[in-house]
Amino acid sequence: MKVVYVNEKWCLGCHLCEYECAFANSGETDIVRALKDRVIHPRIRVEDGDGVHFAVNCRHCSDALCVKSCIAGALSRDEHGTVVIDKNKCVGCFTCVTVCPYGAIMPGADGTAAQKCTLCTENAMGEPNCVRHCINNAIVFEDRG
Amino acid sequence: MREGEFRDPSGCAISGVIDRSGRRMSGACMIDSIATMHDRSNGLGGGFAGYGIYPEFKDYYAFHLFYDDVISKKKTEDFIQRHFDIAFQSAIPTRETKGIGDAPILFRYFVLPDARKLESRELDEEEYVVRCVNRINTEIRGAFVFSCGKNMGIFKAVGYPEDVGRFYRLDEYEGYAWTCHGRYPTNTPGWWGGAHPFGLLDYSIVHNGEISSYDANRRYIEMFGYKCNLQTDTEVITYIVDYLRRKQKLTLQEVAKVIAASFWSTIERKPAEERAQEELLRKMFPSLLITGPFSIIFGYTGGLMALNDRLKLRSMVVAERGDRAYIASEECAIRVIEPELDYVRAPRGGEPVIFELYGGVR
Amino acid sequence: MDPLFIYPEYEVVRDYDRCISCRVCERQCANEVHRFDERANRMLADSTKCVNCHRCVCVCPTHALKIVKSDDTYKRNANWECGTINEVYRQAGTGGVLLSSMGNPKPYPVYWDKLLVNASQVTNPSIDPLREPMETRVYLGKKTVKIERDEKGRIKDNMSPQLTLSTPIMFSAMSYGSISYNAHESLARAAEELGIYYNTGEGGLHRDFYRYGKNTIVQVASGRFGVFRGYLESTAAIEIKMGQGAKPGIGGHLPGAKITDEVSDTRMIPKGVDAISPAPHHDIYSIEDLRQLIFSLKEATAYKKPVIVKIAAVHNVAAIASGIARSGADIIAIDGYRGGTGAAPTRIRDNVGIPIELALASVDQRLREEGIRDNVSIVVGGSVRSSGDLVKAIALGADACYIGTAALLALGCHLCRTCHEGKCNWGIATQRPELVKRLNPDVGYRRLVNLVTAWTHELQEMMGGMGINSIEALRGNRLMLRGIGLTEKELSILGVRHAGE
Repeated sequence: MKVVYVNEKWCLGCHLCEYECAFANSGETDIVRALKDRVIHPRIRVEDGDGVHFAVNCRHCSDALCVKSCIAGALSRDEHGTVVIDKNKCVGCFTCVTVCPYGAIMPGADGTAAQKCTLCTENAMGEPNCVRHCINNAIVFEDRG
Repeated sequence: MREGEFRDPSGCAISGVIDRSGRRMSGACMIDSIATMHDRSNGLGGGFAGYGIYPEFKDYYAFHLFYDDVISKKKTEDFIQRHFDIAFQSAIPTRETKGIGDAPILFRYFVLPDARKLESRELDEEEYVVRCVNRINTEIRGAFVFSCGKNMGIFKAVGYPEDVGRFYRLDEYEGYAWTCHGRYPTNTPGWWGGAHPFGLLDYSIVHNGEISSYDANRRYIEMFGYKCNLQTDTEVITYIVDYLRRKQKLTLQEVAKVIAASFWSTIERKPAEERAQEELLRKMFPSLLITGPFSIIFGYTGGLMALNDRLKLRSMVVAERGDRAYIASEECAIRVIEPELDYVRAPRGGEPVIFELYGGVR
Repeated sequence: MDPLFIYPEYEVVRDYDRCISCRVCERQCANEVHRFDERANRMLADSTKCVNCHRCVCVCPTHALKIVKSDDTYKRNANWECGTINEVYRQAGTGGVLLSSMGNPKPYPVYWDKLLVNASQVTNPSIDPLREPMETRVYLGKKTVKIERDEKGRIKDNMSPQLTLSTPIMFSAMSYGSISYNAHESLARAAEELGIYYNTGEGGLHRDFYRYGKNTIVQVASGRFGVFRGYLESTAAIEIKMGQGAKPGIGGHLPGAKITDEVSDTRMIPKGVDAISPAPHHDIYSIEDLRQLIFSLKEATAYKKPVIVKIAAVHNVAAIASGIARSGADIIAIDGYRGGTGAAPTRIRDNVGIPIELALASVDQRLREEGIRDNVSIVVGGSVRSSGDLVKAIALGADACYIGTAALLALGCHLCRTCHEGKCNWGIATQRPELVKRLNPDVGYRRLVNLVTAWTHELQEMMGGMGINSIEALRGNRLMLRGIGLTEKELSILGVRHAGE
């Protein structure tokens, strides 16, 4: 399946993807209205350290620990293979947050449910917004088998 | 203004015939042929070239000249006498013809280079003649050599071509090959020297078209001693053919592959040997590629070559009937002089069609 | 303290209604213009550090930034412009030579913009490149022809080595050192895909790029950096750099800070030490010396590669070119005074040399008058900004054009003209790893391919309009040009008529 990959070699650590992610999932059509004076809760996070930058988001693991460990059955794999979360089922135990080896699941903005990257399938962006706006082609949307 | 003082593109009609058995025919057939394409000319120039028309002086260069006045004639004759031995000279015979007026003085000379001068110049004979003709045309004001080949002659004037033919009494000449030209210039010159065919030694060219590569061709060929004084397509094409054929010793087929080269994409599909030769010719002579529309009939001792531009942007057909071969802008110009043809066809763009005397050239 | 504060020429203007304080601008500015003020909870900018490279403007997700020309001014003076005054202040403060980058920005006439191109109407047809072949292939090299035939009567291929270009455009010399590894990789890959050539400049050839050898021209310059047998053998052609349009008459100076391990290896010079290329080649003090170097290089490469001699367009360029055309060179490259550079003394860049249009016209004409135009191909650069310039250059007589600045623009360069500071925010004119990585060659090479492809399409459209379907019929075809607003003298040098004539 096509997944978002990050090529560390080209990641500049600009953090633009975080803002584009937050915008994509804001439900707003204007980026300023969506993000101005807000604390953002993006589903992709750039890890920085000593000249190395790496944007991290959900790998949609084939043997996903988060799905296995979800006590409420909120996490599941849809027909395309995308690991998705049903916020109405999520009880906010955050077991998934602790088991994810990538740190790619995090509490949502209101703290009541977890959130994760679902490849912009739940918003109006069409393709993953982090990919589209990455200024150095470091984030790509590819099927690597 | 005269040709040479401005650049004058023209549309035109061309026609040609050769009897490959060498049997001679009167110029009347060409007059009939070109008259059929009257609408392709506008009365601003017409002309003919006949091959084999001077058998009694066949070893002499036949110079045809226009003179504006007797002064230029005197100067030129002094020059010719210094550089050549004159076997015979006369006025060029003409007849009063409606539609042809304001004629310059028309004279012809049958000459051979002065042997001593030729030897001292260390030039081959043809180069000597070319250089002398160039000197007359550039240095003597009011004089213009418009034909200088052996056993051939060019006849041209301002007017419709059929009138020009009658004016020069071409029905009284007999040749084994003829070409003719009716001109439709987009400017309005009144100079006889600007009419076509254009000739150099025994080469003559009639051309219909307007080549877009003109200045690229001109600036290149002028490196080799040619001077494009008339600024016409026909002049530059003549020089290109002369350079490639006489100086670089290319065959006519090869000349055609230089000036109307196949597209690279076509060349790549050809058999290896042919591809290599055509690639090489394009790499060797890139600046002699001619683009833009043209159809030409190239006349030379013993043959005619028809050639269209690589896209075939001008009409031209060829036909045969027995020993005779025909080339014309339009089929009607052939049918009018030979209604029964063995075949008639339109050569492809860039495909040279060569008709030569059975006995070969020269 | 020096009381002469020089107000910045350009100011960063932030639209606080749009700024979301994402700090992307801050992270992307190597000049440290932007910072986030925690107390005020807003972004601030220090315009004095800004070089106007537009990186922040481009990456700002909300388009909250712009850079404007400052309206701070000294008392207006048509003779002493603000910039001129500031340069005096700077030199009074430092005692140093002013440095600049990229091409001459002064308002000298641009002759490309005073030439107009012809098109067919009625008397001959224009040609539609979408329907008919429209050939742009060019061979560069000596064309002097002597027809020899083999026993079967076939013409022998006795031509000098030729470069084959799919379109008459090449990337001009830019050294590894002056530009980054990723910029070089982008150029090399683009040249390979396009079927053209890029040029190493005088910085040697990085070991990773030998694989692009058949699309590479290597340079031999006065510093001889990186020149060895493998370098000469790896490549399609060798260029002797005698001069550069941006700085005729002087050499080069790559600051030690740019001599990283890789640059040092590639150039075969010590790390961290300034690399100085002498002003002249110290083995070429005259034309006969040049001939010796040309033939040394030909000997070294078994006469299999064309040798290019690159010169700056200077006053006597036609006579110099004539000498070079008789010296065994296969191609002459002429670089106009608007050509770019990674660093040059400002006064040299802005005052030395002549326009490429005039140099090209006079060289082409002179070589034709002397009957030696076939001895060499002519390649011109400095500066060819568009396919319009390209068409005009070819019609004036060029065989092909070098593009440098346009290629860098395709890679993201915004002509801020501070290459010499080594902090290029676009990852081009820098060796700092965190900046170099900003130019992803996958992106860069594609943009170069796009640019050259687009220009080629435009070239074909214009050729078709003129009724020309092969580039060789455009070369030197000056009747296809007319001048506009030019003096008789300018027209006569350019060898074109005035519009309306």
